[in-house]
Order: sequence, then C-alpha cells, then structure tokens
Amino acid sequence: MGRITLEGVRKSFGKYAVIHDANLDIEDGSFVVFVGPSGCGKTTLLRLIAGLEDITAGRILIDGTNVVGVPPAKRGLSMVFQSYALYPHMSVRGNIGFGLKMAGLPRDEINRRVEAAAATLNLTQYLDRRPRELSGGQRQRVAIGRAIVREPKAFLFDEPLSNLDAALRVQMRLEVTKLQRQLATTAIYVTHDQVEAMTMADRIVVLNAGNIEQYGSPLELYDRPANLFVAGFIGSPRMNFIGGEQAQRHGAATIGIRPEHLKASRDGEGWEGKVSVAEHLGSDTFLYVDVPGIGSLTARSIGELGLAPDDTVRLLPDPRRIHRFDRDGKTISG
Amino acid sequence: MARRVSTTHKLVTTVAAWIVGFVIFFPILWMVLASFKTELEAFAIPPSFLFFHWTTENYAAVQERSDYLHHAINSIVIAGGSTLIALLIAIPAAWSMAFAPTKRTRDVLLWMLSTKMMPPVGVLVPIYLLYRTFGLLDSRGGLIIVLCLGNLPIVVWMLFTYFKEIPRDILEAARMDGATVGRELIYVLTPMALPGIASTLLLNVILAWNEAFWTLNLSTSAAAPLTVFIASYSSPEGLFWAKLSAASTLAIAPILVLGWFSQRQLVRGLTFGAVK
Amino acid sequence: MTKETQRVGRLALTPAVALLFIWMIVPLAMTIYFSTLHYTLLNPGTEAFIGLDNYYYFLTDPAFLYSMRNTLLLVGSVLAITIVLGTLIAILLDQAVVGRSIVRLMVIAPFFIMPTVSALVWKNLLMHPVSGLFAFLATSLGLTPIDWFTDAPLLAIILIVAWQWLPFATLILLTALQSLDEEQKEAAEMDGAGAVSAFFYITLPHLARPITVVILIETIFLLTVFAEIFVTTGGGPGLATTNIAFLIYLQALIEFDVGTASAGGLVAVMIANIVAFFLVRIVGRNLDA
Repeated sequence: MGRITLEGVRKSFGKYAVIHDANLDIEDGSFVVFVGPSGCGKTTLLRLIAGLEDITAGRILIDGTNVVGVPPAKRGLSMVFQSYALYPHMSVRGNIGFGLKMAGLPRDEINRRVEAAAATLNLTQYLDRRPRELSGGQRQRVAIGRAIVREPKAFLFDEPLSNLDAALRVQMRLEVTKLQRQLATTAIYVTHDQVEAMTMADRIVVLNAGNIEQYGSPLELYDRPANLFVAGFIGSPRMNFIGGEQAQRHGAATIGIRPEHLKASRDGEGWEGKVSVAEHLGSDTFLYVDVPGIGSLTARSIGELGLAPDDTVRLLPDPRRIHRFDRDGKTISG
Repeated sequence: MARRVSTTHKLVTTVAAWIVGFVIFFPILWMVLASFKTELEAFAIPPSFLFFHWTTENYAAVQERSDYLHHAINSIVIAGGSTLIALLIAIPAAWSMAFAPTKRTRDVLLWMLSTKMMPPVGVLVPIYLLYRTFGLLDSRGGLIIVLCLGNLPIVVWMLFTYFKEIPRDILEAARMDGATVGRELIYVLTPMALPGIASTLLLNVILAWNEAFWTLNLSTSAAAPLTVFIASYSSPEGLFWAKLSAASTLAIAPILVLGWFSQRQLVRGLTFGAVK
Repeated sequence: MTKETQRVGRLALTPAVALLFIWMIVPLAMTIYFSTLHYTLLNPGTEAFIGLDNYYYFLTDPAFLYSMRNTLLLVGSVLAITIVLGTLIAILLDQAVVGRSIVRLMVIAPFFIMPTVSALVWKNLLMHPVSGLFAFLATSLGLTPIDWFTDAPLLAIILIVAWQWLPFATLILLTALQSLDEEQKEAAEMDGAGAVSAFFYITLPHLARPITVVILIETIFLLTVFAEIFVTTGGGPGLATTNIAFLIYLQALIEFDVGTASAGGLVAVMIANIVAFFLVRIVGRNLDA
C-alpha cells in the first residue's frame, strides 16, 4: 500500500516560507507529477516527503501513519536522484544491493533481488561494472534498480531524465511509465517539463512559489485550468491571454484562448492581423500574428497554410474554448 | 600549448631550469655525497666531487649505533601516531562542517586555522611547566599530544576541502538506503574520500616528522626523535661529518620521497585555500 | 538537512573544537597569569605578583629591541628573497622545460628537509671557514673565505631559512601561474604586448593575491624561526642572531625566568595575531567564494 497524504504542510528556511500550506491526497498506485517553474518548491516538497528535510508544520501520512520526524530509511520510500547519485566505488551489483545490505538481509536474498531487478532493467550483463564504465542511460537504470529492489511503498523521482539527451529522454519516459504500471507502486515524479508531466501522469500537481495551484488529471488541467498560472503553464505553445475591451465583452478581466483553438484563414471570419513570424514544421504551422487592438497572438494550424510574414490573416477563436479569468486570475466558470 | 615553442627557447629554458634546480638541490646532494666518503675525505681540501673513494662504512657505523635506530623509531611513532590520532578526531569534524554546516561553521573553521597561526614560543613556558608537572617531558606520549594538536587544524582543513568535493546527493542516497551517519561515513564517505585522506595523512606525517620546536624543547633522549638526534651534533667536530651526513641522509630520505608525492597537497594544506 | 543530521553534526564537531579550545586557552591563560608574576625557577617559592612590570622590563630591555630588529631583518629578508626568486623560478618552470618534473623535485626538496639537518649541512659542509665548500670556492678565486657565523651570522641564518622556504613560495606561485588563463596571455599578445609588458600587466597582477598569501603565511611561520638558530649559533655571537622566539626561549629554558618569558611570549602572540587577522580575512573571503 502506498497512499500518501499531506495535511497543512509548511516549510520555511528561517524566515523564508518555501511551501505554504500544502494539502494533497495521493492514491496508492498512482503516478503523480509535481510540476512548476524553477524555485516553485516541487523538489522541496519531494524531499519533505522523503524525509531529507524537516517539515516546519503539518503532517505527512503514509498509509495513515504520520511520518514527520521519522528518518528517511524508515519511511519505506525510495528515491531516484537527478544526478543518479550512484556509489562510484561500488559495482552495479553493490549499488543496487546497498539498501538491502543496510537493512541486514542475508546475502542470498540480496543477490536474488538484485538479479531480479537487473533483469527487469536489462542490466544483467553490467552487474560487475563500475558506474564510470556505464553510459548515462545505463546509470539511470541502475539508479532506478536501486530504488526498485527495496520494494518501497512509493518511488520518488527528482527530475531523473533532465541529464539525458532528447532522444534518450523520450525513450526513458516510456520505460519509466511502463515500469510503474507493471509494479503498480505509487510514484511521485518531479519535473519542470510540462510535456513529461502531461504524458506520464495520472494526476498532476502544479506548483507556483510554494503554492499548489491545481491538482488534477492532465486533461482536467488542460480543459479546466483553475487559474491564469495553470492555464499559461500547461500547453505548448502557451495560451494566448487577452485583456482590455475584448475581455470585458466576455465579462472577464482576462480571457484566454489556446493557439490550437484559433482557426486561421486567409479571408474568413475573426480578428484580422498581420503575420510577423511563421514557423513551418510540416505537420503544423505556428503563426505569430499582430492583431491591432488586441496584441500578439499565437495560432496553430494543422498542415500547411502557405502564409508568410506580412501576410494578412484572420483568426477565429472557438467560442466553446474561451477561458475567462477574473481580476485575481481565477477562472470564472460557466 | 597552441603553438610550438621554438627549439632555442626550449633549450634556453631547459638549461636555465636545470641549473637553477641543481643549485638549489646542491646542498642536499653534497651531503649525500659526503655520506659516502671517509671522514678524512669529507673534510679534505680541495673537496672532491665525484671521484673519491666511495664507501658505505658510514652507513654501517650508523646502523651499529643503537641510538640512531632508537631515535628513528621515535620519529616514526611520534609522526605516525600524532597524525593518525589527528585523523580520527578530524574526520568527523570535517564531515560535520562539510555536510551539516551551520551559520557558525565558517567561523569555527577560521578559528581553527587561527590556532595554527599562534607562535609556539608563546606557550612554551606553560606547556613546559605542565609537562614537567605531569611527567610528560621526554615522553613519546607528550610529543604525540603536542604535535597532534598542532597539526589538527591543518588535518581538519584539508579533509574539509576534500569532503566538499563529494556530491551531497550520494550521501543522501545512502541515507535513503538506510545508512545511519556512522555507516554513511564508513561505507560511502571514507572510500570515496580515500585519496584525499591519504594525501592529508602524507603531508601531516611529513610536517610532524620535521617538527623542530616542540621536539627540541620537550625531549632530550628517551623520546627524542631524529630532529633532536641530529641537533645534538651541532658542535663543530670535524671527524663526525661523514657519519652525520649518512645519518642525516637516512633521516630525510623517506621524507623526500613522500614529499615528492605530496606537492599538490602542500599547496592545498598550507595555504588554507587562499590560493587555488 | 534534518535536525537529526544537525544534532549528529554538532556531536561530531565537538572533540576537535573542545581539544583545540583547551589547547589554546589553558596555556594562554597560564601565560597571562605567569606574566604578572615575578617567577623564576631558580628560586622557586618566591613568586610575587608584580602586575605589568614584566612587560615593562621585557619591552625596555635592549635585548628585546635588538631581537625585534633581528626578527624584522630575518623575516623581511627571507620574504624578499623567497618571493623575488620564487616568482622568477615559477615563471621559469612554467615554460617548456625538458624533464620538468625532475627539476621540480630538485627545487621542492629543501622544504622537506628537517630544519636541523639543513642548518647543519649549511653550517658545516658549506659555510665552514676552513673546510666548507664556500671557503674552497673563495680561495680558488683568490678571495678570503668568509667566516659566516662569526662575521655575518644573521646573514647566514637568513640564507639557510630562505633556502628552506624558497620551495614553498615557488610552489605556490607556480600553482597560481598555471591557473592563469592561456587565453588572457593570447589576448595580450594580439593587443601587441611584448614579453616584459605581458609580465607586468598580466602576470604580476594575477600573482598579486597569491604573493600576498605567501607573505602572510611565511611571516607567521618565520616569526618563530627556532631550530636553525638553536643548532648553529645558539643566538650568538652575543645576541646577533637572537630573534624574538629565541629570546623568549633563552629566558624560559636557560635563565628559567618564567615571568619575563611569559610576558615575552604574549608579545609574540600579539604580533602574530596582527598578521593572522589579515590572513584569516583572505581565507574567509575565499571560503565564501
């Protein structure tokens, strides 16, 4: 069982409050991603759950038991570090088995478990190598192996893919997701990359400056963002925000429309503007358009439109997809 | 070097450097040569440089004198003992400053270094009197204590700099893997810091071996290390020179070898990080 | 970092801090105490409190002023020699030299020789007025050999100590030189600087900080030169080679005048503290960097 609950969790370093009042309920077996810009507190929150930092106030419950004050090793959690943090002087076998050795398991049991984990991760042939002899991707898998082998209640991942090159990152994303599903263990995954968040998560926690802005499934965050911040953070390219008169016409301080919900045409309906930059990806076209009286808008079309800079274009927003925000940035529903 | 250096340039600098090196090294060389001469030759005028009757009689004589061995053993025990004890005290201290720092850590470290800057002569009187009262004069234990405390700041400092180079998250991974602080030190930190610990050991053994203030003032014979033994021959009796050169060569040879290996550590240890 | 870690951290630091604290405080306190007494081991039992009189006697004693002069001369000369020569040798060793590592070993060696051995080698094998090598060189050039320890004792000590510390300065400055960015030198060359200008405008400023560090560290250790004097001249002839450290030693262990020696010791400590203050500041700044 790996149900994790946060109640009123607060963390300050001296006078500086880094996490303000976090409340969260993570179901057993789910893959939850903490995402947010740099400095938002996502790694701090992870480390509080791990026990590597002390909490200032609040409770952290693992399967109903408050673990505040309990040292990391006794919480039954495993962590995969951004830099992998492998022990350079031990072999892969030694690295993966270290935690079991600390727990005092008998040698045969340790070997059995280590070999099983290595098999799952295709590391069997590297068991006697040292970390420095391995590639980045292999080291990453050793770090994961070390985490798996202790059969923890939950996995904690601290931006594990950010040190890999792009192609490897995509591949590892899939592997991590498959692995988690296979093991059916709760996973908390920290990343600043919202694409990783959207593709891997069952539910996403969006953090901003120590506050949990929203906690929901990827599609919930996409379709029904709770506020301006979430709306602007999720989705790439970023949602277009329009204030002033246009917004007031919809009864809001700010309205938002995603680039993919702006239908672009040469002479159809919609706002008229001039193309400043056109990005042709073959599969999509991104148009950066200056619309007088409204501002710079980004529009996304499928396929090729044949538009060039300085061309006139008309952008029609899908009325069902217009998001409305009040003066405080919160979404106006309805 | 992006460009080839001209051969003339290289020749000039090489010759100049070798001349400089030779001149600086000369006194040592001369002493080693003297150790292989007969006493008469050692004092002969004009002095012969290479073409003399080479003999090992001086080394044999030195080996025969049991008190040479006695002082050599003292040097080993005192230098080794004081450094090892210093290491035992310093490893946890350096761990604490590197991985559990507080607001005060920086000041504590600087304070420790400043104790090394205190002139030993300033506390000669009380230490001497204390030692006299407690019967520590001319004792190996007494010298080990003084040298250990004298070098402790440098040992702590050097270990601190080496520990700082170990990535924090490897130790945190060990924590997550269930290691207590003690086991973290034994299974992860020390193996990873072994080269640094060895270097620290090396440099401080050298410093303790060569220490010539406390050893001269706090010991006379029973616990006297080689520094004192050599010093006892400061009266100008010519017929001792070849033998003294042999004894001196034996005294410094191991240190010269160790010193060669600890050049970089010398910079790190004795400049307190003020020079990178 | 957790409270648990902090707690263990404090515990782990305690032995070192406690021991060094005792090592500092107890003798220092005793020194201060003794310095206010008339206390001589030749007449035990006649200790009497005399306040600051010891300081007065010590500081007005012509021997003190003379030893201060010697100390300053010694420290100043050794600093000058080691830094000037050290810089030049460091620059030389920074060049392309065949067999550079062996040359380095030769240059470094003196620092690792026991002070007592160095002093005796210089005194007897080199500087001996009759059978020393220098005497031989002098006579073969038709000059009278110098009787170093009679006619120029302080200079002799200066040479010995400078020889021992030259490697230190050289090593530090060489390390610093090697950290000088190659690109800076190339940029200077593109800007038209010749070798000498490059030295004065690029190299020397880069070396300013390491030189300061060398000066401070050497000063602290040079203030208390002892073994070389002990083994060669015993402070003489007269007081010609007595520096402040040796003077205090004489009073403590030769004249057994605990009171005066303690006062002297504190004076030495205070002088060293001034230098230490500046050194600690530089080290502290580097720690923060």
